[in-house]
Amino acid sequence: MRGPSAARTGEGGNVRRFMCGLLLWRALFGFAGGACAQTDGDAVFAPVRPDTVLEFPRDLGAHPEFRTEWWYVTGWVTDEAGVDRGFQVTFFRVRTAIGERSRSRFAPRQLVLAHAAIADPAVGRLRHAERAERALPPLVGADEGRTRTWVRDWSLDWDGERYRTRIAAEGFSFELDFVPDGPPLLNGHGGFSQKASDPKHASHYYSRPQLVVRGDLRLDGERHAVRGRAWLDHEWSSELMPERARGWDWIGINLHEGGSLMAFRMRDADGHPMWSALTLVEGGRTRRGEGPDAVRFVPLRTWRSPRTGADYPVEWELELPASTAGDRVRRLRLVPLMDDQELDSSRSAGAIYWEGAVRVLAAGDASAGNEIPGPAREIGRGYLEMTGYANRPRM
Amino acid sequence: MSSVLRRIFVASLLKRRLASTLSLLSIALGVALGLAVQIIHGAALDEFGQGIRRMSGVADLQVVGAREGFDEGLYAVLALRPEVAEASPVLEIEARIPGATTPLRILGIDLFRVAYVQAQLLPVPDRAPTVMTDRMAALRDDAVFLSDEAEAFLLPDGAVHGEEGSRRLTVQSGLQVHELNVAGQVPGARERLGVMDIAAAQDVFGRTGLLTRIDLRLVAGLDVAQAIAALSPLLPAGVVLRPVEEAATEAAGLSRAYRVNLTMLAAIALLTGGFLVFSAQWLAVVRRRREFGVLRALGLERGQLVHGLLAEGAVIGCAGGVVGVALAHGLAALAFRLAGADLGAGFFQGMAPTLRFDLPLSAGYLCLGIAAGVGGTWLPAREAARVAPVRALHVAGVAGGAFRAGRARAAAAFSALALAGLACLLPPVGGIPLGGYAAVVAILAAAILALPALTVLVTKLLAGGRHPLWRLARARFVASPQQVVVAGAGVVASVALASAMAIMVNSFRLSVDDWLTQVLPADLYLRASSSAASGYLDDAALGRIRALPGVAGVDTVRAVNLRLDAASPPITLLARPVAQGWGLPLVAGGMRPPPANAELPPAWISEAVADGHRLAPGERLTLPIGGAMRSFAVAGVWRDYARQHGAVVIERATYVAMTGDARINDVAIRLAPGHDAGEVATALRALFGAERVDIARPGEIRAITLQIFDRTFLITYLMEAVAVAIGLFGIATTFAAQAATRKGEFGMLRHFGLTRRDIGRLLALEGVLACLMGVLTGLLGGAALSVVLIEVINRQSFHWSMDFAVPWGALVLFAVSLVLLAGWVARLAGAHAMRQSAVLAVKEDW
Repeated sequence: MRGPSAARTGEGGNVRRFMCGLLLWRALFGFAGGACAQTDGDAVFAPVRPDTVLEFPRDLGAHPEFRTEWWYVTGWVTDEAGVDRGFQVTFFRVRTAIGERSRSRFAPRQLVLAHAAIADPAVGRLRHAERAERALPPLVGADEGRTRTWVRDWSLDWDGERYRTRIAAEGFSFELDFVPDGPPLLNGHGGFSQKASDPKHASHYYSRPQLVVRGDLRLDGERHAVRGRAWLDHEWSSELMPERARGWDWIGINLHEGGSLMAFRMRDADGHPMWSALTLVEGGRTRRGEGPDAVRFVPLRTWRSPRTGADYPVEWELELPASTAGDRVRRLRLVPLMDDQELDSSRSAGAIYWEGAVRVLAAGDASAGNEIPGPAREIGRGYLEMTGYANRPRM
Repeated sequence: MSSVLRRIFVASLLKRRLASTLSLLSIALGVALGLAVQIIHGAALDEFGQGIRRMSGVADLQVVGAREGFDEGLYAVLALRPEVAEASPVLEIEARIPGATTPLRILGIDLFRVAYVQAQLLPVPDRAPTVMTDRMAALRDDAVFLSDEAEAFLLPDGAVHGEEGSRRLTVQSGLQVHELNVAGQVPGARERLGVMDIAAAQDVFGRTGLLTRIDLRLVAGLDVAQAIAALSPLLPAGVVLRPVEEAATEAAGLSRAYRVNLTMLAAIALLTGGFLVFSAQWLAVVRRRREFGVLRALGLERGQLVHGLLAEGAVIGCAGGVVGVALAHGLAALAFRLAGADLGAGFFQGMAPTLRFDLPLSAGYLCLGIAAGVGGTWLPAREAARVAPVRALHVAGVAGGAFRAGRARAAAAFSALALAGLACLLPPVGGIPLGGYAAVVAILAAAILALPALTVLVTKLLAGGRHPLWRLARARFVASPQQVVVAGAGVVASVALASAMAIMVNSFRLSVDDWLTQVLPADLYLRASSSAASGYLDDAALGRIRALPGVAGVDTVRAVNLRLDAASPPITLLARPVAQGWGLPLVAGGMRPPPANAELPPAWISEAVADGHRLAPGERLTLPIGGAMRSFAVAGVWRDYARQHGAVVIERATYVAMTGDARINDVAIRLAPGHDAGEVATALRALFGAERVDIARPGEIRAITLQIFDRTFLITYLMEAVAVAIGLFGIATTFAAQAATRKGEFGMLRHFGLTRRDIGRLLALEGVLACLMGVLTGLLGGAALSVVLIEVINRQSFHWSMDFAVPWGALVLFAVSLVLLAGWVARLAGAHAMRQSAVLAVKEDW
């Protein structure tokens, strides 16, 4: 679960910042329910139903009848010199409910937005770029039937075996292939992922963990051949965030031993968890949980953004409840690749959030018997997204 | 120059205050008019060009077609090209606003694209962005964003209508009206315009599938010419690709001919000022002969004398120039306030240019003023330096060496005329009739050169008359025709100019009047808007008109425009019934299709098209219509004063078959006998809604057209008046100076018994005679000039032919008043000399 941002970008300055802000936040979810959702009359957004059975490859493609949809790829890559970096690329599709009856090809019924960011410890903060356009094939679109979405020369495609993405921004570009090692992993109940106690706040949601990454990354004109592991989320919905929600915390982690961990929680205005969910694949077993206490996020260390003054819990302890009776509660530690992975779009979208690469450590009840003191063992790598710490995202 | 010389020369200007002031003023006026024209037009063009550049943002190239637009498919084709970094589609609409006098330019944009290319067009919603529904306001199909200028124009009182205080704007498309929601501003725009989403604009104005412009930003480092070469083959017929700079200068092309004409008029005013300096300095030199003799005897070098005199001219020119520059800015400011930036010609409506001080331009005109002063002094200075000091000391009087070779000058006059004739044969250079202007200068020179010879001729003819004053005046003329030249040169130039303009304007006006009769044969005209704007009619509306009682028949016009190439402005295509009755003011060819290309549909081209594309009846004409090149046979050439860049008439049926566009811009209604046009007009208003259609009778259209015509020529009348005033200054200066040098003569005459009144009459008579010579010569020159103006300058600048028509009455009245005025002025100027007693006058020289 993520929000696109319109933070700093080399390409367009305030104007584009304004643009993306204008569109994204309201556009994505219209969380306010009845207040603004279907005022346009002509458009009836398809509801997310628990009995819907996801079918692939059909459901790899776009679902234009829903209000919003995204394909979100995050991951860690390592270049020839062994330098680790995080990357993120997201394509959003938004149904605007505008121009449903228009005869114009330009009718802004569907928008496609794209986001890309690189987390490079050498830079110390995110490199970021974005695009927003109305769907207008062959220039911009999101196809049904298979994953193919593009905004001019930025694209994300599924060719039946692998995903391929191309992003070219000022200062960075990448061209990466992602090969999955298994079928899509459904979250929630058969891909019906509830976001609040009221089941109308839900999405269709599957993940593709453990994608094998190969490709090229260019930073300031310098080419790096990279390899790594990535994670893809595909989620579509018409009404996602409950009105009381202030923000959420989400992780998608590829475990080194082959498993995966997805977890999120919604927080209310006081920071209390309202809803949470988890999908854990480990040793061939898949555990799913949903509910107010399906997973606990415990902040360990906060970092204050010098730009926005917002405090982010950049280090966490994650408490996974016992799977079976008698089992112990498992604790994992999340440690960021670097502290400053904040995206600031306050001047445009009004959203400031943190979205960055994290390591997962097997949290130490570092027992006395452990011969090597010091940092706990890294068991996985992935991405953490935290929203609503500076202000409420309009999702 | 030493201070001594400065005292001798420049200080002498102060002694001849009247002559100096008049010379200075005439130069000032010439400079002022010329500079004012430049400033006003410069400001208007700047504003226009800046507007285009501002609206184009960072675009390198523009794809433009006809006003009606081209297929939107081209956008994707271009956007995907490797040469193109960013592309932004635009649908530009001149939206008719019911009840408003002028349409509102509405740009349909893709706001995701303008952000990359024309950020100035980004709309900003009104309300605070915390209101969710406004986040996508800019995409809504009923949202329009207005620039401050448009808002001030359309909603002057901040009018609030509708529920929740929302502001509404009503626009008309065809005969339908649409209510738009004024959703915010366009802070980057400084012109009167509105911005809508491109899809909404296509829907509201019925232009689905069409764009009028694509702005392109090229990939970094790509050569513009290379890109044009690579992309041009992708364009459909009638669509062109051009650098933004070229688009910005298209306006300069639109008004260039008009501007050059005005500048030429101002230049002639300046030239007349130069003549005035010449006559004043000539007389001053003659009068100061003794003074110069003494100076030379005291050791003043010849060169120093020439320099000193030239310095005098320069001082007058400079002072006149400075006054002129100041005056020009005042005039320009006044013109901006009163007449708008186009001096009434209608090129730049709705613009508010700002007055700026342009240093190089002002300096240039100041230099022209100095040049006029120095140039006017050149001959007198040489003459003064030529005379040996001893002779100068001995003989005082008005005798001109430079004017001696009368025969040689007559020959020169003839060769100047011949030169003028040759210059008229030259083709225009870049749309500017340089040959014509050369001919104007040559004819003016010929007229001035011919003045003494004509004077001699006329004096011979006037040999009769026995009155002593008459004989005195005549004797003087026979003795020294050069004086007439000095006094009359300015008159010749200004009368020639004024009469030529009068003949040209008269011919033009009568031709326009005739033309209007021919092009407006119906009883009533109806349209939904001007053809550029979004109102139009269709066959259904036409049927309703036909059904009205009193309507005997209707003819329709569809007016669109076409681009023949990237360099020239679009021409107009008029699709209307031609063969059945509604004729054309033909100047060549006929109404029937030519036998030469009988298989092709016929087209009738205006003179501008015939000139610009060197076409004659029977020849083949290719036009980009509906995205393809279509061939026509030129059936005839017609006169069109309405569309300077050219127009082509084709049959409506042909047009509809080629394009499927059945829209109608104008309907001409013929009434059944016995029906009143007023009643039918009322019925039409009731039928369509008074605010949605414009209805006019031919008489009204004619009156408005002629009113615009007269306004266009207002500035030329003003310049004529100035030129004539300068000519009269010339007479006044000459006679004032002569009166001074002739004090002795007058004293003698008084001594012989003439009264002071008699001398006054003598002066008046001489003034009348001098002016008469000038006026006669001027009229002859003017006649020749008018031919050049009509047949060469107008034809080449505007491609308008007209029938020669001389306003005899007005010219006679003008000539007689000028001559009488000259007599009065001469007498007034000489009054100074008559005030002194006879004895004193004989004794002393002033």
